[in-house]
Amino acid sequence: MDKLRERAAALLADGTVALVIGYEEGTNKPRPLFCHTAEDAGKLIYDSRCINNLAVYLTKKELMGTEKVAITATIPVLRSILQLSVENQLNEEKILVITVTEQGELKEFAGFAEIESYIADFQLKLSGKEQEIIEKLEGMTREERFEFWMKELSHCFKCYACRAACPLCYCTKCIVEENRPQWINPWAAPLANIEWHINRAMHMAGRCIGCGACGDACPLGIPIQLLTRKMMEDLGPEFGFVPGQPSKNGNALSTWKADDKENFIR
Amino acid sequence: MEIKYISKEGLNEWFSQIVKSGKRVYAPVRERGQVEFKRVQALSEVAEDYIQTTQSIKSSVFPRAEVLFSFEKENGKVAVEDFNPDAVKETVLWKVHPCDAAGFKPLTAIFNWDYKDKLYNTHLEKTTLVTFSCAKADNSCFCTSVNGGPGNTAGSDVQLTMMPEGGAIVEILTPKGEALIQLAVSAFEKDKGEDKSKYLVDVPKVFDVEEIKARLATAFDSPVWKEQSERCLGCGACAFVCPTCACFDIQEDAHGSKGKRIRCWDACGFSLFTLHTSGHNPRAVQSQRWRQRILHKFSYMPDRLSVLGCTGCGRCSRACPVDMNILEHLISIAKK
Ligand code: SF4
Ligand code: SF4
Ligand code: SF4
Ligand code: SF4
Repeated sequence: MDKLRERAAALLADGTVALVIGYEEGTNKPRPLFCHTAEDAGKLIYDSRCINNLAVYLTKKELMGTEKVAITATIPVLRSILQLSVENQLNEEKILVITVTEQGELKEFAGFAEIESYIADFQLKLSGKEQEIIEKLEGMTREERFEFWMKELSHCFKCYACRAACPLCYCTKCIVEENRPQWINPWAAPLANIEWHINRAMHMAGRCIGCGACGDACPLGIPIQLLTRKMMEDLGPEFGFVPGQPSKNGNALSTWKADDKENFIR
Repeated sequence: MEIKYISKEGLNEWFSQIVKSGKRVYAPVRERGQVEFKRVQALSEVAEDYIQTTQSIKSSVFPRAEVLFSFEKENGKVAVEDFNPDAVKETVLWKVHPCDAAGFKPLTAIFNWDYKDKLYNTHLEKTTLVTFSCAKADNSCFCTSVNGGPGNTAGSDVQLTMMPEGGAIVEILTPKGEALIQLAVSAFEKDKGEDKSKYLVDVPKVFDVEEIKARLATAFDSPVWKEQSERCLGCGACAFVCPTCACFDIQEDAHGSKGKRIRCWDACGFSLFTLHTSGHNPRAVQSQRWRQRILHKFSYMPDRLSVLGCTGCGRCSRACPVDMNILEHLISIAKK
């Protein structure tokens, strides 16, 4: 931790970066921290309780400005950075990515390619509780599964915290806000809710990096991360990507290749 | 106001009489790892041992989505079916915390500001609030700093203060409360003269709301908004769980020649909330939206409606994915 604070302070002091995004101790839980001065860097922490996906801030123009920014990245944040870069959302020159290895060593990445080889060693894992729900869902019939999700999603009040916390939900205009035509009913009600969640899942197909930030953000405890997570596993073999690794093939729903095996479009 | 005592058995009896009367009873229920208000039939379904429900009781008077009117066009004629107050059922909200009951005052002020909202007022008229004073709190609670308290009776029709043996001190506060007692008069006993305050949790007062108001009066251009809001994601979680937030949107659900006009929740923290058709957004960045949230609750509402827009329930702090703690922020504003 000391090394992280020292390094962040030095980067800010000598002007290498204008901002360091990291974590600090919060009131209820660790939370994102924006360090603008060397002094702010003294508040940085980095441990297993730090679960916010900081990559969500990298696409916010009002926060990023034009100068170089450093980010202290956990494995999910590293995955998000790669996926964002595949989607042309990041300027590699303007981002300095730092992580703390399992051995407690500070590691600064020379570029996104180095991040890619680094995270190749990390498997994407579900928590025990998530695995449990997935297994339960897999044991269900189609109807039971539909019933399960209808019930869970009926609780949703459309605060969109799941969307706001997701590093890959960076559209400035979301389909739920389109009103000419209005694709999705914007109010909270069972049908309108399932429309919203199917759409969210579809838009994440092949892009979700499995960080779970959406589920962590949901104030109503809806295990919303499992929808996108399962989608990722189901689409993986078809579209040639590995869960937890950036998908260079783009969004499963918006790509088309001449050698696609489906021929209805030709 | 009248004070009575009710024993554990009496409480059961009273509760079952309320259910039998045909009124809908909503109470905190533990389900899916959360505690939320749900329709209940028996006292045994009601959750125990929790600090607070994730959501407030706001949706009972201001539903997430509600039909204002519906319409149908036929042969050039339009038939409009208005909201029908008679269809709204009598409701009892059981085991509400004082900070939620206090939330109805700002909501009532908002929905009657320049126009008396028929929907809201109908729900309110048909709702009876049975509050339970608080024996527990956590570090997000700050009711005492915003003129409330763990035994505050404002907004309650009846307030119970639970005693260790399972009985309760009953404060009957309004005619609606009295009518509810009448459903099982024999269940109630004479006041035992116990001091309610002994059973209340201590929530220390940590800031002075007048001081905050005075500081906010000149804080519009303060850098504090940017400092505080950098990590805010602009989701609506804080507004949706808040007992006093009342932003709404009006939408149309039309299919062919018929449709409905629907009022649904919105939040001033959303970037599209103030986006004009021209493309201009007067609150273009999150710090301006955060400022709006604080100023609305602690400056604009007190000025215009003579009521604070916050009851210190702490829900927004518990729900926020990035730990934006309103209490911490208010204390820092008070100190500036
Ligand atoms: S797990 Fe959720 S928050 Fe994370 S990338 Fe997937 S959809 Fe987004
Ligand atoms: S965070 Fe939860 S309640 Fe909010 S929109 Fe997402 S699923 Fe619904
Ligand atoms: S304060 Fe928290 S809950 Fe409210 S909009 Fe910001 S991130 Fe969401
Ligand atoms: S602003 Fe926060 S603390 Fe105040 S009433 Fe609303 S949810 Fe409760």
